[in-house]
Amino acid sequence: MKLWRRTSESRPLPPPLPAEALPWLLAAALFTVAPHFLYQPGWLTALAGLVFAWRGWLVWKRLPLPPRWLLTLLVTAGVAAIALEYRTLFGRDAGVGLLVLFQGLKLMELKARRDGVVALMLGYFLLLTHYFHSQSIATGLWMFLALLTVTAALLRLHGDGPARPAASLRRAGLLLLQAVPFMLVFYLLFPRISAPLWGLPRDAHAGLTGLSDTMAPGSLSELIQNGAIAFRVEFAGPVPPRQALYWRGPVLVRYDGSRWHPRPADDLRPPSIEARGPEIAYTLTLEPHNQRWLLPLDSPRAGPPESVLTQDRQLLAKQKVIARGRYAFRSVLDYRHNGVEQPDVLARSLELPPRRNPRSLALAARWRAEDPRPERLVQKALAFFRQEPFYYTLRPPYLGREAMDEFLFDTRRGFCEHYASAFVVLMRAAGVPARVVTGYQGGEVNPVDGYLTVRQSDAHAWAEVWLAGEGWRRVDPTAAISPARVESGIAAALPDAEGLPLMLRMDVDWLVQWRNRWEAVNNAWNQWVLGYNPERQRQLLSRLGLPDTDWRTLAAALAGSTGLLLLALLLWSLGRRPRLAPEVRLWQRFCRRAARGRPALLIQPWEGPMAYAARLAQAAPPLTELAAEAAGLYAALRYGPPLPPSQRRQLQQGLAACIRRLPSRRLS
Amino acid sequence: MPLPALRRRLRQALGRWLFRLTPDRGETTLHRRRIFILPTRSGLLYAAALVVMLLGAINYDLALGHALTFLLAGMGMAAMVHTFRNLEGLQLASGAVLPVFAGESARLPLQLRHGRQDDRRAIDVLVAGEIRAQGDVAGGNSTTLSVPFPAPRRGRHPLPRLTLACVYPLGLFRAWAYYQPAQTHLVYPCPLNSPLPPARATAGSSEQPGEGGQEDFSGLRPRQPADPLRHIAWKAAARDAGDRPLPVKQFSGGSAQELWLAWADLPPRIGWEDGLSHLTGWVLAAEQQGLHYGLDLPGITIAPAHGPAHQQRCLEALALYPGAPGAPQPEDERP
Repeated sequence: MKLWRRTSESRPLPPPLPAEALPWLLAAALFTVAPHFLYQPGWLTALAGLVFAWRGWLVWKRLPLPPRWLLTLLVTAGVAAIALEYRTLFGRDAGVGLLVLFQGLKLMELKARRDGVVALMLGYFLLLTHYFHSQSIATGLWMFLALLTVTAALLRLHGDGPARPAASLRRAGLLLLQAVPFMLVFYLLFPRISAPLWGLPRDAHAGLTGLSDTMAPGSLSELIQNGAIAFRVEFAGPVPPRQALYWRGPVLVRYDGSRWHPRPADDLRPPSIEARGPEIAYTLTLEPHNQRWLLPLDSPRAGPPESVLTQDRQLLAKQKVIARGRYAFRSVLDYRHNGVEQPDVLARSLELPPRRNPRSLALAARWRAEDPRPERLVQKALAFFRQEPFYYTLRPPYLGREAMDEFLFDTRRGFCEHYASAFVVLMRAAGVPARVVTGYQGGEVNPVDGYLTVRQSDAHAWAEVWLAGEGWRRVDPTAAISPARVESGIAAALPDAEGLPLMLRMDVDWLVQWRNRWEAVNNAWNQWVLGYNPERQRQLLSRLGLPDTDWRTLAAALAGSTGLLLLALLLWSLGRRPRLAPEVRLWQRFCRRAARGRPALLIQPWEGPMAYAARLAQAAPPLTELAAEAAGLYAALRYGPPLPPSQRRQLQQGLAACIRRLPSRRLS
Repeated sequence: MPLPALRRRLRQALGRWLFRLTPDRGETTLHRRRIFILPTRSGLLYAAALVVMLLGAINYDLALGHALTFLLAGMGMAAMVHTFRNLEGLQLASGAVLPVFAGESARLPLQLRHGRQDDRRAIDVLVAGEIRAQGDVAGGNSTTLSVPFPAPRRGRHPLPRLTLACVYPLGLFRAWAYYQPAQTHLVYPCPLNSPLPPARATAGSSEQPGEGGQEDFSGLRPRQPADPLRHIAWKAAARDAGDRPLPVKQFSGGSAQELWLAWADLPPRIGWEDGLSHLTGWVLAAEQQGLHYGLDLPGITIAPAHGPAHQQRCLEALALYPGAPGAPQPEDERP
């Protein structure tokens, strides 16, 4: 028991900080700040670590807090350093940096309980900022761990101080457990709004990987090293053969001698696509890549409503893809595209940088002189790649100014972008309209959940040529050099020495199995937890019998179910009665039954068993013996010397028998 | 009317209307209806933080951000129930408050008890808005707190209204209930030290040494309950080996001198309360010096005697002397 007094004149002092809460506050701050150490600049981590160590030492040695001027100095220096580091104070990352700084330094001025509360609220807020970087299952688990610590610290600030640490953690766990039903209801029913509400700072989506909108030798091979998942596909029917899985991304038309660029503006004239086979329906869950293209299976005929199909068959979202999204597509594998093409498109598809790659131009001119039919020219180029000693490698030698000449005639080592690029240059030089298409090729079916997984390492580049009457035809020169790339995937196409990331090599069986399981769990997490968007919410609610919900219905459902949950919690917590010993329960039941219909005969709180039995005997003489027996049994169990369990049970059974022997009707 | 005074008035009016308090007799249980609950400043901060977090989660489309915000909102609601429950069903009983002198703190022994299984924690007891005591009650158990409260004026006063409040577990909500024990407590006037007035001989008893004096030992008699302990003849009692009642030493001589503590002996033109304070100081001094003293006030006379019971009687008379709350005020009392 604590007791303190104050004179009535003084202003009430704020409640002090319980000393037992200090280590908990430190731990809570550490838990909420620690994941940021992975993402923020090293000096900030070092500063925060230093502050934590310093504060821990002060607590350990029971030293006073540092003076205020020193803290002011540290805050000023820290803010200035963050402003220098991020060039702003208002971006997302700079804001998080500031919060980390404040959290560390707030620990240095914990005096009243209020300071502790502010630090913990900041901690709750910091937990949210972890998800800018990662929303994986591990991050979710960490959230629970950190929440437990922060909540236990809050408990210790408000009266749980003297309790054992395990008890505080248990109580925090109970609170969290009771909060889970509320979370589920809110998660399902809270009206979801499509983001964003306001303009995001420029650094909001930094660090998303994916295809780039230009291509130079080497740009894809960097992406190949990345085992991250680009998208997952769920086919309505069987999965098409691997050789047909070309996922179409940006189309690159302009070549400046070293780099391929897209058209300066999207060509929105509708393409003419004639289907020559059945349509394939599938759903694609695309990881955010901060670009607009949607990577459908080649070739889509139309996109979902929130996208446009350009003249060169790029499927573009209206906005950059900054969140994981699910898209329902239909594609045809066999098609004819623009048998009659716009002249400006054809003209663009023949342009070459002037005075570059003379040897390539000469080779193409020679082929054209031999046989000018485009069909034959394509065959010649492919045969050239096949017959000359070309190698497929992730580590091609550096190419200089005459890049294509050097590649075609000197180095002859390259990756898919080299082959696609060289092929298009040769075709254009020979007078066949051609362009580069990038995207992904292949993918692998996860046997655990049946999704086809396409990774960044499946990034690919190929070519398209336009043949009069037939339209645009896909030509993949890489397949000419390394058929395995298209048939079995990148891991099979490259020699072992090429050092692909461990996870991409397919030869470790158990590793592959575990990866498949882990990715299936992750996919479920992505689909059902992270991918819960307005559309999924609508779907779920209509499955629950609430079709066409607007926010009013949702708000009503939300309020109703929250109220019910609160009521349930209230009833549960208020209705918990003390657990009584069995003999007390039996004796109370006996007394209640004996006094049935006569409230005056109810046992009074102060009445002992013998006194009650005597009163009962006086008021209802037929009960005399029974009352005396029951009272005797109860007294022996309750107040007598300790008995062995078997004997206790016997006496309890005797007491229960007394209840049964009570007359069932009121005695008159 | 100045603003703070207006606010105080409003608050009192609200208190009367909303909390319609009747004194609680005997053991009182804090039922659901008696418990109020509102968010604290921390609770409002928490709510504001949740709103900002929700906006952030929506804007950056953070699924886990939504989950975290909703989990915290749920925890806030669970905490509300826990805070409410921390007071609910608490049984209160107040003990006797011993008399104190004006200006001291009186202490109310307050027993908190409850029959539920779980612990009730960090319950504050407030008097006039200030925390006076704090305690935990273990499940199925009881705790007795000593609640000090100021006793500024003499007289018999009703006990102050107590507020039982708690912010446990998270400090986001504050639940409170009022408890008004139906008891009174006695406050003696604040004693002032001044030299005792001269003793005077009582008419008719001056010639022969009276019984019950203070100076010379004159014999033993069986003890009566009112006899002070220091007059017990312990050595004689030890010789008796406890067979007979405890013997008490009797004194005689000098007792012809009876001390009358009279209003008339006070300095002239003294105020009522100061006068009572002087008399209180005299009573204490006379009792301590072992004198035989009586009290002579306008309207009240207490015959000379001695002993704790007598002292208590005198002090009570002084405490309740007209002028105290509940009694008509003398005309010449200072404002």
